[in-house]
Amino acid sequence: MTGGFPNCEPFRRDSIVHAWKFYSNPSVVWLTLGTYMRAILALEDGRTFIGESFGAGGVSVGEVCFNTSMSGYQEVLTDPSYRGQIVAMTVPEVGNYGINALDAESDQPHVRGFVIEELSPVASNWRSEETLDHYLKRCGVMGIQGIDTRALTRHLRDKGAMKGCLSTEDNAAEAVVARARAGVGVVGQDFVKEVTPSVAFDWDPDSELSREWTTVPQEGVIQGVGGGFKPLPPVRHQIVAYDFGMKRNILRRLRQEGFSVRVVPAGTSAEEVLALKPEGVFLSNGPGDPAALTYVHENIRKLVGKLPVFGICLGHQMLAYAFGGKTFKLKFGHRGGNQPVKDLRTGKVTITSQNHGFAVDPESLPGDVEVTHLNLNDNTVEGMRHRSLPVFSVQYHPEAAPGPNDAGYFFSQFSELIASAK
Amino acid sequence: MPRDTSFKKILLIGSGPIIIGQGCEFDYSGVQACKALKEEGYEVILVNSNPATIMTDPEFAHRTYIEPITPEVVERIIEREKPEALLPTLGGQTALNCAMSLFHSGVLAKHGVRMIGANAEAIHKGEDRQAFKEAMQKIGLEVARSGTAHTMEDARKAAAEIGNFPLVIRPAFTLGGMGGGIAYNREEFEEIVARGLDLSPVSEVLIEESLLGWKEFEMEVMRDRADNCVIVCSIENLDPMGVHTGDSITVAPIQTLTDKEYQFMRDASFAVIREIGVETGGSNIQFCVHPENGRVIVIEMNPRVSRSSALASKATGFPIAKIAAKLAVGYTLDEVKNDITRETPASFEPSIDYVVVKIPRFTFEKFPLADATLTTQMKSVGETMAIGRTFKEAMQKALRGLEIKRFGLLADGAEKAFDAAGLRKRLVVPNVDRIFCLGQALAGGMSVEEIYDLTKIDRWFLEHLRAIVEEQKQLKDAIGSPEKIRRAKKFGFSDRQLGIAWGKTELEARAIRKAAGVVPNYRLVDTCAAEFEAYTPYYYSGYGDENERRESGKRKVIILGGGPNRIGQGIEFDYCCVHAAFALKEMGFETIMVNSNPETVSTDYDTSDKLYFEPLTLEDTLNICEEEKPWGVIVQFGGQTPLNLAKGLEDAGVPIIGTSPKSIERAENRKLFSAMLDELGIKQTPGGTASNEAEALEVARRVGYPVLVRPSFVLGGRAMERVHNEEDLRRYIRTAVEASPDHPVLVDHFLENATEVDVDCICDGETAVLGAIMEHIEEAGIHSGDSACVIPPFSLSQKVMQEISDATKRMAFALEVRGLMNVQFAVKDETVYVLEVNPRASRTVPFVSKTIGVPLAKIAAKVMAGMKLKDLGFTQEIHPDHFSVKEAVFPFIKFPGVDIVLGPEMRSTGEVMGIDKSLGLAFAKAQMAAQPPLPQSGNVFISIPDGDKPKAVELARGFAELGFTLFATHGTAAALKAAGISAKRLHKIGEGRPNALDMVKNGEMALIINTPSGKIAREDEVKIRSTANSARIPVVTTLRAADASLEGIRAIREHGISVRTLQEFHGI
Repeated sequence: MTGGFPNCEPFRRDSIVHAWKFYSNPSVVWLTLGTYMRAILALEDGRTFIGESFGAGGVSVGEVCFNTSMSGYQEVLTDPSYRGQIVAMTVPEVGNYGINALDAESDQPHVRGFVIEELSPVASNWRSEETLDHYLKRCGVMGIQGIDTRALTRHLRDKGAMKGCLSTEDNAAEAVVARARAGVGVVGQDFVKEVTPSVAFDWDPDSELSREWTTVPQEGVIQGVGGGFKPLPPVRHQIVAYDFGMKRNILRRLRQEGFSVRVVPAGTSAEEVLALKPEGVFLSNGPGDPAALTYVHENIRKLVGKLPVFGICLGHQMLAYAFGGKTFKLKFGHRGGNQPVKDLRTGKVTITSQNHGFAVDPESLPGDVEVTHLNLNDNTVEGMRHRSLPVFSVQYHPEAAPGPNDAGYFFSQFSELIASAK
Repeated sequence: MPRDTSFKKILLIGSGPIIIGQGCEFDYSGVQACKALKEEGYEVILVNSNPATIMTDPEFAHRTYIEPITPEVVERIIEREKPEALLPTLGGQTALNCAMSLFHSGVLAKHGVRMIGANAEAIHKGEDRQAFKEAMQKIGLEVARSGTAHTMEDARKAAAEIGNFPLVIRPAFTLGGMGGGIAYNREEFEEIVARGLDLSPVSEVLIEESLLGWKEFEMEVMRDRADNCVIVCSIENLDPMGVHTGDSITVAPIQTLTDKEYQFMRDASFAVIREIGVETGGSNIQFCVHPENGRVIVIEMNPRVSRSSALASKATGFPIAKIAAKLAVGYTLDEVKNDITRETPASFEPSIDYVVVKIPRFTFEKFPLADATLTTQMKSVGETMAIGRTFKEAMQKALRGLEIKRFGLLADGAEKAFDAAGLRKRLVVPNVDRIFCLGQALAGGMSVEEIYDLTKIDRWFLEHLRAIVEEQKQLKDAIGSPEKIRRAKKFGFSDRQLGIAWGKTELEARAIRKAAGVVPNYRLVDTCAAEFEAYTPYYYSGYGDENERRESGKRKVIILGGGPNRIGQGIEFDYCCVHAAFALKEMGFETIMVNSNPETVSTDYDTSDKLYFEPLTLEDTLNICEEEKPWGVIVQFGGQTPLNLAKGLEDAGVPIIGTSPKSIERAENRKLFSAMLDELGIKQTPGGTASNEAEALEVARRVGYPVLVRPSFVLGGRAMERVHNEEDLRRYIRTAVEASPDHPVLVDHFLENATEVDVDCICDGETAVLGAIMEHIEEAGIHSGDSACVIPPFSLSQKVMQEISDATKRMAFALEVRGLMNVQFAVKDETVYVLEVNPRASRTVPFVSKTIGVPLAKIAAKVMAGMKLKDLGFTQEIHPDHFSVKEAVFPFIKFPGVDIVLGPEMRSTGEVMGIDKSLGLAFAKAQMAAQPPLPQSGNVFISIPDGDKPKAVELARGFAELGFTLFATHGTAAALKAAGISAKRLHKIGEGRPNALDMVKNGEMALIINTPSGKIAREDEVKIRSTANSARIPVVTTLRAADASLEGIRAIREHGISVRTLQEFHGI
């Protein structure tokens, strides 16, 4: 199963609300435990886990990785950076608060499979519009529950992220292992092409989708569906954002900082971008192996020095390649909301939201690029800037969603950088 | 940032005695702080009046003051020690209040002492309701609509402004929300406000809009001086708003918030700690969320380490107190390593991949007249925590960890059935049984929606409880299926529950389960959800795929802890367990601790080589024994909890070290014990054992009334009563206990006006040495845990003491004691009677150890592991040249209206120690530490029954000589007048006004001496005693205590208060 998700329609609030009415009735959603469908998760090294299927049935292959965030499964599911991956949550109780339209980071889930210890029997939150089980069924995404996710995590930690297969169609675990081995992993894969938009578009031209959600009824807060929304500032800068599989909250955060954003596909040439006369360029997060995206490296190299550039995650790695550097694959990646990052210039430590399986090799960077941030757990590069050009990037997710908001100041820094570059 | 070198000497204030709202979690935090600060090279000065703490062991601080935590006494210590810094945030509210008082009186400024961790301004902002509200509004956070009041009139005005009932009333600066409540009508409002104004040290109450039914959350935040902030743990309360968080069942991490909501709360937490200005260390911030629209309200913050911090530390493995101490001296979070992973820094947020459930433990059975409704005023005395892979598993583990003879949510053979109306009421009105009522209601078919309407407990919890109930129905069929048994275990069902479903005993069920190959394995608490390798062996059990337990190959000793704190079994036993771990580690054993109490030092991950955070049931402890295959298991140190497990463990072939379970039985079985004493020629109060009413009456007739009756095999005098006639005895047998051949009742003749003596002794089979002989101040008949006691004895003759010493040693040899033994004697007319013998660590071990400067528990542990006293250099009893007084501390103030008179059933929650060169000074210090202190002048009200009048006259003369004005009711006044002592006559209640109660209420009495007039306390006496207690007027209810008080007042008059370290007392 590669490519799109045929059963999953793009996000439309009215369809979700309709589903909510039916599925939020606890007696309907109650899982009839004991009459579940068996599912097998097999890793390419032969380790297998047998659990219960939820969401869609079928067969799905991808790189198996784990995420240590204790909340935010919906944001994880819908983060396009997980394209090609089967994601296991280390937190055991999942599905507790259901699914809602506002917390989607894109129009659909992108994971190849979702692995959890226990699916909640109820979606219990005032914001919930649909249960996790129903959502994944509707979108054709496989889930497995009732396996020992700590055992899986320890295995991946010790052996490294690896290919795996989720199946409800095989009785023999060996068959699933064989499928895992036959699948494609992440190394060398361009998954960006699956998630980047086909045409360029303007994000939130009516300034309606980007307002910051809040539950505090303060002055100016507009009450809407699913909560209150803070007013937006006027637009100050026009920028172009390369969408390699951008999380929606990046766009919201950019707009909240006064950016008007023209979103362009990954293959957009530097010339096309320059023709739009933007004040800056933003490089988004995205899935797959950064080394495989040579067509992107080229275009970014042409933009550096001409415009202020800010990159996040894959965007940060794209900049590294543009500078002539390279990336390497981490053993099991950084995926979670508790990663400590130190700003080497201020000494300040920030707890960050991360999702990356590759990291920039600091030795490969030229002398005019300064490493500005380090991960305190393993001292890998988490941020860099050009010493003379208005270019900087971070490996982690200042837009959070899910995870801590502590690093949100980068968006305003980008705004200041553009203002000062003029 | 490097550590701060501008100071070298730090004063650390402890939290004093264990009381409701302030348990042994502050020993845990204090110990961590002492260790951390010493490690950094600071000189640590410690003050704490609680001898049963590990922190007051002389090796933990450089200079240890076991002195009252009052501003006056701490000022003396500051004058003497000249510390440059004061760390007030690790000793609970007691330390914070004391530090604030020293700040306001200018003492800190005068001596150049700087507060570290949190300064006075931050503490004020965090604690003062109005200041806090303004601070929250400034940062755009909502607080409940409210108003503060200093008078009843203010209060009425505030209520009118808020608009509608119910209203919450919270007095300012009281512990555990003491004196607060929820008023549903005007009458209740007036009553609670009056009490609140009275109890608040600043006469201030907060009137607040009711947030009843909102979801309640807590965040544990840490901040360093570079302004790095992290959340250590998030906690969700199962019980919605309306129940004090200390009395709520709580769950970590938060389960029912979306990431957006959680991050909002996280951001808010940082905004709060920054705005309040807590510079470094930990704070606890409480929020509530409206279940239908997500509106978030900040409830309060504690600008210090709290009970929740201890829970958060144990729940995540992140040592909050230790790191708070390091941050206080200038380190930043990234400079401190995470001990558990070693690789990663402390500047991260623990990710937990399990579910933690905490359930409070209550002791309402001790206070039958107290209101058992759970409200905003904390009433629980302890708590248990359990860790499971899922909420269901953790919940059922925690329920059995409570040690209330329940083995799960339902169908555990101990269910109380409530009728439909009773059940609904118990769901609506929060109470101790509510969790079980939820199970019963679900099992009876009540829908989640209906229960939600009644309780407002989040549907997520209810659905999970329902899943447990549904699964229970399947248990019957699981017997043949390993897969289904494993599934049941993953739902947290105990072997007891399986046995009941299968019609088998617990042990048969265990055997079936094991035969099916279903055995638990052990997982690590590692702060990082397995992302990194963990080095600290902190385990919990589960039924997953992998066992993470590491085998060292060393000889191992398992120490079974005491479980949740309760009256009768508290910190003293944890103290002993910790000592056992230290001692055996010194001997080269691998030490393994098993306990379920998150407040303790024993459950600190570096106390033992391995920690199992598990319920102390036969099933769970046997599982660990089978897994670890220890060389020995110690059951003597954790109080009655492990002793009750001893037989089952031994029967299963587990090696119990120390005194054998057979000897324990010999001491506890009345018939065997009497036979032994007869053989040794030691006198015992005449008594006998009864398995039914007729037998009890027979024994009582034989030994003569009054008799002391109690069930066997209990601790803390549970259901112990003094009975004066046949009618009372019948009532007791019918109502108080269920006597049976398995659980007989002990009936003993009661010696009136005898002196009670406690002895702690160590025996290795060759040598027996007395730790100390303690003479009780209160006469025999009052539970030893509730009596003040003195080392050395002050009224016993040499002959009596020799006899006590000899008898103790002979019993120790006869019982083949290996380790500790405690004996209680009664002495009457120079005759010594044995009351009871307990071949185990007793409550007084820490007190004796601190008095004589010898770590008895440590030595005992080594003896149990085979060492001899002569090799350990402890062969001679030590006779200190100072006096030590242990005084009990009671929770009566939380239970208004309950009689405070002492009796055979233990009701104290904690203890303090006074130590000085004379008995009077030591007693006065003990009273000062226990609060309220003895007065130095004023009015004394004396009311003593006729039989005691001659003694009363002597007593009154003493008080008159010291210049006190005496007040007495008719009878006593006449007796005093006849003896030539002038006393003002007071009306009894009902005789006219103003009466004694009026004067008490008006605060016109400085001291009340009121001994009970007969077997059944008169209603007006109870009223006076209870009112005085609420008004914090010292009340003395025994003549011997009155004598000691007089002596204490006189000593303070003559010598004033001086302070001295424990190290000086013992020449260390």
